[in-house]
Amino acid sequence: MLRVDIAKQLGDFTLEADFTSEGRVTGLFGASGAGKTSLINMIAGLVKPDRGTIALDGEVLDDIAAGLHVPPYRRRIGYVFQDARLFPHLDVRANLDYGRRMNGLADDPAQRKRVIELLDIGALLDRRPGKLSGGERQRVAFGRALLSKPKLLLLDEPLGALDEDRKREILPYLVRLRDEAGIPMVYVSHDAAELRQLATQIVMLKGGRITAFGGVKVLTP
Amino acid sequence: MLDISPTEWTAILLSLRVATIATLVATPIGIGVAWLLARRDFWGKAFVDALIYLPLVLPPVVTGYLLLLTFGKRGLVGAWLSDHLGIVLAFRWTGAALACGVMSFPLLVRPIRLSIEAVDRRLEQAAATLGAAPWRVFLTVTLPLALPGVLAGMVLGFAKAIGEFGATITFVSNIPGETQTISSAIYSLIQTPDGDTAALRLVLVSIFIATAALLASELFARRATQRLHGN
Repeated sequence: MLRVDIAKQLGDFTLEADFTSEGRVTGLFGASGAGKTSLINMIAGLVKPDRGTIALDGEVLDDIAAGLHVPPYRRRIGYVFQDARLFPHLDVRANLDYGRRMNGLADDPAQRKRVIELLDIGALLDRRPGKLSGGERQRVAFGRALLSKPKLLLLDEPLGALDEDRKREILPYLVRLRDEAGIPMVYVSHDAAELRQLATQIVMLKGGRITAFGGVKVLTP
Repeated sequence: MLDISPTEWTAILLSLRVATIATLVATPIGIGVAWLLARRDFWGKAFVDALIYLPLVLPPVVTGYLLLLTFGKRGLVGAWLSDHLGIVLAFRWTGAALACGVMSFPLLVRPIRLSIEAVDRRLEQAAATLGAAPWRVFLTVTLPLALPGVLAGMVLGFAKAIGEFGATITFVSNIPGETQTISSAIYSLIQTPDGDTAALRLVLVSIFIATAALLASELFARRATQRLHGN
């Protein structure tokens, strides 16, 4: 369960969000500039709220009044960025293994095999990110985040940088990810169709405020 | 012509040793300072920045004299080092390495700092979300990606250290076999009647070393850039 109740002043822009989500995939919907990325950056711990609390499964990650701010590297929250952000100096295999190494987790060949098959990236393992297509890069980024065994997975418009064909290529993987990986997700998008396919719960954000919350039907005007 | 005498060999080997030690000791310090300047804001940053570049603009003889005042046998640091650790820098080759390290420091730090600044901070954020603490982000992402700059800084620093003259001769003098580097040997030879040929030989040697260092840096940088672009 993800519990968010925060406020943040970003220049002239005020972001205020208060919601509790128990859905498998929480869709964060809104136009660009609505504050979606700022909100999940706060959940990830990359940005500190001005006030409020964030808690995941009962564990408090931010409690500004109490002076508590767990840094991102101790949150165990995976993040798939719109621009993949694979490490250019490491091959795909080392990129996938990075989170496991940094968290000091035991090697888990079974999970690795499952994720590699799920995302169909077995043929890419020895390549560097520079030699991958946009869609391949994004699939590796999913795998990298999953293999760090996060408690929550944040996806910030993971299809945003891809053309329509690539989106159609990736979407089935995301559906499988949702159904098979068993990790709760927060999925950011400005594309209602995408969210209808993936999300189980919707948080609608407009001008820094939540305007609607509920099932995917809130996406229907 | 290239019949190098034993005294000249001594000067050449000493120069290589002094410059190598100076570069190896200065590099980790330089990486730390470059990272602080590139990634952290702290009180007195402008002062630290200016202090590092000071040897570049001060007359070398001034830097050498300040080193003598500080690290000489009766200097504040020098007396302590010799009383407690038995380390004497003045008029020793180790002192020459210190002088070269200080003089080459600005040239060493600058490319490292620029290359750290050029590392995409979004990659560092990605590493943090994957569980990497700040020091591990530095070791696994920032430093490998800044490697071309580190190598460039090392080569520039080495080349500067090989050629250093003013601060070295002021701080540790010009003692054959102990502190007489290529530069001070050339200086002595020019002052000696019939020293011209020997001086010219050492001039050629120093041109050779400098050119080799620059070619090596070019090679390293090209390889590292390929790494950086993920090919």
